[in-house]
Amino acid sequence: MPGKLKVKIVAGRHLPVMDRASDLTDAFVEVKFGNTTFKTDVYLKSLNPQWNSEWFKFEVDDEDLQDEPLQITVLDHDTYSANDAIGKVYIDIDPLLYSEAATVISGWFPIYDTIHGIRGEINVVVKVDLFNDLNRFRQSSCGVKFFCTTSIPKCYRAVIIHGFVEELVVNEDPEYQWIDRIRTPRASNEARQRLISLMSGELQRKIGLKVLEMRGNAVVGYLQCFDLEGESGLVVRAIGTACTLDKLSSPAAFLPACNSPSKEMKEIPFNEDPNPNTHSSGPSTPLKNQTYSFSPSKSYSRQSSSSDTDLSLTPKTGMGSGSAGKEGGPFKALLRQQTQSALEQRGGSPHRFCRRREFPFFTLTAFPPGFLVHVGGVVSARSVKLLDRIHNPAFVGIMGNTRSYKLLDWNSFNSDEPETRDAWWAEIRQEIKSHAKALGCHAVVGYSESTSICEEVCILSASGTAAVLNPRFLQDGTVEGCLEQRLEENLPVGCGFCHIPYDELNMPFPAHLTYCCNCRKQKVPDVLFTTIDLPTDAAVIGKGCLIQARLCRLKKKAQAEANATAISNLLPFMEYEVHTQLMNKLKLKGMNALFGLRIQITVGENMLMGLASATGVYLAALPTPGGIQIAGKTPNDGSYEQHISHMQKKINDTIAKNKELYEINPPEVSEEIIGSPIPEPRQRSRLLRSQSESSDEVTELDLSHGKKDAFVLEIDDTDAMEDVHSLLTDVPPPSGFYSCNTEIMPGINNWTSEIQMFTSVRVIRLSSLNLTNQALNKNFNDLCENLLKSLYFKLRSMIPCCLCHVNFTVSLPEDELIQVTVTAVAITFDKNQALQTTKTHVEKSLQRASTDNEELLQFPLELCSDSLPSHPFPPAKATSVDYSSFADRCSSWIELIKLKAQTIRRGSIKTTVTVEKASPMGEGNFRNRSAPPCASSTVGVVKMTPLSFIPGAKITKYLGIINMFFIRETTSLREEGGVSGFLHAFIAEVFAMVRAHVAALGGNAVVSYIMKQCVFMENPNKNQAQCLINVSGDAVVFVRESELEVVSTQQPTANCQPSCPGGEVTT
Amino acid sequence: MTSELDIFVGNTTLIDEDVYRLWLDGYSVSDAVSLRVRSGILEQTGATAAVLQSDTMDHYRTFHMLERLLHAPPKLLHQLIFQIPPSRQALLIERYYAFDEAFVREVLGKKLSKGTKKDLDDISTKTGITLKSCRRQFDNFKRVFKVVEEMRGSLVDNIQQHFLLSDRLARDYAAIVFFASNRFETGKKKLQYLSFGDFAFCAELMIQNWTLGAVDSQVDDMDVDLDKEFLQDLKELKMLVADKDLLDLHKSLVCTALRGKLGVFSEMEANFKNLSRGLVNVAAKLTHNKDVRDLFVDLVEKFVEPCRSDHWPLNDVRLFLNQYSASVHSLDGFRHQALWDRYMGTLRGCLLRLYHD
Repeated sequence: MPGKLKVKIVAGRHLPVMDRASDLTDAFVEVKFGNTTFKTDVYLKSLNPQWNSEWFKFEVDDEDLQDEPLQITVLDHDTYSANDAIGKVYIDIDPLLYSEAATVISGWFPIYDTIHGIRGEINVVVKVDLFNDLNRFRQSSCGVKFFCTTSIPKCYRAVIIHGFVEELVVNEDPEYQWIDRIRTPRASNEARQRLISLMSGELQRKIGLKVLEMRGNAVVGYLQCFDLEGESGLVVRAIGTACTLDKLSSPAAFLPACNSPSKEMKEIPFNEDPNPNTHSSGPSTPLKNQTYSFSPSKSYSRQSSSSDTDLSLTPKTGMGSGSAGKEGGPFKALLRQQTQSALEQRGGSPHRFCRRREFPFFTLTAFPPGFLVHVGGVVSARSVKLLDRIHNPAFVGIMGNTRSYKLLDWNSFNSDEPETRDAWWAEIRQEIKSHAKALGCHAVVGYSESTSICEEVCILSASGTAAVLNPRFLQDGTVEGCLEQRLEENLPVGCGFCHIPYDELNMPFPAHLTYCCNCRKQKVPDVLFTTIDLPTDAAVIGKGCLIQARLCRLKKKAQAEANATAISNLLPFMEYEVHTQLMNKLKLKGMNALFGLRIQITVGENMLMGLASATGVYLAALPTPGGIQIAGKTPNDGSYEQHISHMQKKINDTIAKNKELYEINPPEVSEEIIGSPIPEPRQRSRLLRSQSESSDEVTELDLSHGKKDAFVLEIDDTDAMEDVHSLLTDVPPPSGFYSCNTEIMPGINNWTSEIQMFTSVRVIRLSSLNLTNQALNKNFNDLCENLLKSLYFKLRSMIPCCLCHVNFTVSLPEDELIQVTVTAVAITFDKNQALQTTKTHVEKSLQRASTDNEELLQFPLELCSDSLPSHPFPPAKATSVDYSSFADRCSSWIELIKLKAQTIRRGSIKTTVTVEKASPMGEGNFRNRSAPPCASSTVGVVKMTPLSFIPGAKITKYLGIINMFFIRETTSLREEGGVSGFLHAFIAEVFAMVRAHVAALGGNAVVSYIMKQCVFMENPNKNQAQCLINVSGDAVVFVRESELEVVSTQQPTANCQPSCPGGEVTT
Repeated sequence: MTSELDIFVGNTTLIDEDVYRLWLDGYSVSDAVSLRVRSGILEQTGATAAVLQSDTMDHYRTFHMLERLLHAPPKLLHQLIFQIPPSRQALLIERYYAFDEAFVREVLGKKLSKGTKKDLDDISTKTGITLKSCRRQFDNFKRVFKVVEEMRGSLVDNIQQHFLLSDRLARDYAAIVFFASNRFETGKKKLQYLSFGDFAFCAELMIQNWTLGAVDSQVDDMDVDLDKEFLQDLKELKMLVADKDLLDLHKSLVCTALRGKLGVFSEMEANFKNLSRGLVNVAAKLTHNKDVRDLFVDLVEKFVEPCRSDHWPLNDVRLFLNQYSASVHSLDGFRHQALWDRYMGTLRGCLLRLYHD
């Protein structure tokens, strides 16, 4: 019996009126965990019941603690008929299972009903006593920490980064069970919510087990997704990066956002003439390795069509992984070998999980300094699968886990074997791995997986960035790593990652290489695409910007296999065009690299949508991009010529304007410095738009953009004209606004503390049935552009500000509907301070450059001792003013209320406000002193952000992962304000529930917040709508930098909590 | 291409003060959009009309959802759905409960019942305030009235506690509740020159001195109901005018004291008996509910208008009223000095406020 779960129901408030006669409610609460249920007394005739229950105690194994959510149901007692449910609260008690996260969950939770939404709040206290059982880690994986953050969490240090972990579980979707026909929508929704909660608990536990087997203690970059496959079931899958983390003992006072790219080049005068012919460039990006394969699921293998539809574009370069490039330097080969052996070593152990470890993938997008050695480019793979359950007669227990009965207690058949899905993903991962290898890389970073499902067709996608990593973090032997590190340090900082990892003479694709503009020693490609964040030490010129490629393709409606074939045939064209668009737009911005690239292909009934988002930057190490040239096809026509030249002028103007806007003024590089690395004579190759419909051409095109000096757009038909127009119609954000889809905006480093996270959803209905591709593209383009314009307008009061981590998701819920969901955070910054810091930064970097090797030698040592840049913590001042007296004031809630009452009596709202403002700061104190949970009568502010940091603040504690799934349904759509009113309210409620859970854990922010799913379905004729939302993030405690001094004096008290033993990581 | 759904939800709820104002003023979304366009916002921000439409819709939806909470402001403070900074919460509440001068003058002193609600149409046409806005203001009055009507303790404090209003606004609401509960007539033509502020000022004085709460702070309704006993006692003041000797004595005392000090001395001297009779008769009549309602009409008729017709300067009115009240203390035959002070102290304040053009 390794754990005791204790729950106390304190009170409720704002309950709905359940008895129309008395306008009151007779409420009581059922507390359920596993199969045990407790009930409180009925609190008669009140909308604000005070149950103040005893401690309900559940004695359970820690396995259950990990899998099961605590389920609290609030009901209205009815003497004559059945008790009416008011709503439920699901509490994930996982955060209580780590030794250093939260120790108690206590606070007001919104009572949620899937039909009515939030109906009042309930105050609950939850505690867990874990007994020290030696066998504890056998079945469960208590103690493994999970982080959504895709970098090493701020108050930890990575000792070892073990690598990829993944798992998936499959179950039948309750919505599609026969019983769903007879039960109420509420019961069905609740069954679904509960099932998903159980499944994600189980998934997390299983992943935890894998991590423990790898001897890790944490999962970073944990991404869990649901595939609602409809009839064929429900898949919950997760990927992450196993790590061994060490808690940093002394909190380092550094601002994460300040690690901004240096701007050494800023002082050098800008040359107006970009001279496009000097530096040739083409779309020779490493976004090469896509695979489109349609392989029917196993049941279909009898079909001979599989070979027809299997379309592989993988370049067979035949590059051996061991072949060291001549230019690569002696250590590079050594490095690669070592890392590979390091990776293989672990993978080699004959173990039942060994199959999974063969993938050297990392879900991280930002890395400790020195971890990332070289970046090859984006690798991606897609595969079209048919979901089919008839041929999968699977039975209970197939999940290979004795505990699966829990998930199956009400359904006797399992829809599909997880093995099938596993095999699908394994296939794709294998592709990715081989692509990376072809790029001379042994690892993939910034790795992610996604699906798009329409009816029975499913597109599985995976993408990442091929990279060469420093083995130091992958191995236990740190001594060797240090040696390696020192070698590596000879490389100039800020450009090393741009240097090509592959062999110049044996390139995986024709690329145009030049000597690095920064160090002039190594070769770099002309353009770099990656899925990761901009490395903090990267040398960047100017600011970055959000670049999007948007594309629609009509597709005939078809069934099953024909449909899948049609889709796989379309995919390469989609990818190709998305890529061309990205390249064009990048050039139009005068930039040469993309970070955070995310290409989403969505499948619908009659169309395919492609949306690629990335942040464009100008990397100082890479050559200046060439311009875009337009070529006409009918040269005889004079007016046409004129038109072409007019267009050309417009494009050139736009490029010049963008360069000014994003402050891209690279130093003029003369021909001699660059040398002539191009042996081939320059030749113009054309981008043949009209012919791109034949499939052989695509293979050709994708690989042959290389050797040419300027990007030529040939306008030979209206289609291409359309494209050029769309290039030019992308409006830059209004002045004072910047946007990017990465964590930090390149070129901005002085964030102020104001942040606003938001979600915006738009659905448009396409008007006509006979749509053309052009019209569709225009509609989609307008949709996205208008959405961005709306965001800029709404957030205008925050100027100057930057939209960070802009995340677009496209879905096609119905035939003529396109849904776009955007989540991002707007962060304000100080315009004036920017200049100052840049200056000091430049000075600093100049200083650093001028100092001799001594410093360089010290650097690796520093790195070994501490991977994060830590500055000495400023000594806490004894003059902590009256913070303690404030704490005293608030230690008793009665006093607080008195205080409030007084202020009210005095009659000024302002004084009340000051009490409230102070409360978030004092909140930690309420809890630490175990004051009654009703202590804070005001609602503390909980910040939410998709970023891993909070500007101007320091994260002091990670409290655990937040992973929530909600369903909301209505049968009175019109009464709730139509679809917009319905979804608006629901999203607001989701935010509220996330905030409430974080606050109950004692946190004041959610970082790395992501809305993974927002599935919206409507049936206006029936006045019905349903929406499913899945969100996740990391609950944290942060302290404002300005308050750090004060809190440091408080910290001893916080650590002295009886239930928080030390705060050490148990490995 | 039509937009089916278009929403924006921030972790911190965005509140646009200008749009909030338009919403409170009862404009429809399309009216609000055209008003915003007219304000030149498109030129300032470079936005399009479509963006403005979408933005306005979003804000309206948010306000609509907030309205339920605004009906019980403490709920807004405790609710979890909308994260709104306290200063913004205060602004939302304050603006929601703010009212138009023109509207309140129409409703002040009327019974806050369904019947009146039907008149809102007429008020809307008369004042040019949208019907929607009239409804909100009327419902606010009614809601506040219902909540504090039978509550113990200070009226202003109760309103402030239950509606979290600013001091000033809470005082205004106290006046509205006080007037509604005592049904003072304010709509008569001769009262049209008076502003809400004038009435609110009087209400505050009356609440302080003439209600139950003025003597005992532990009664229900203490600030709403007038002290019945006190009103009954006011009959005793009648002797000041009924007793001829007393009246003459009073007059001579006042005239002696004011001789040479008043610009309108002769008019005062000529009118003294009329004025005094008027003021005392008002007091004596207050036992009847109907006469209580006509208090302001009577005051204007019996005192303000006669003085105004003789062109008394305000300062003269003040000097006269001071002397008029003070001289009673020297009337040996008059025993109800305390009662007189309670009555006249308040009335003097009221009259001075009511005396203007």
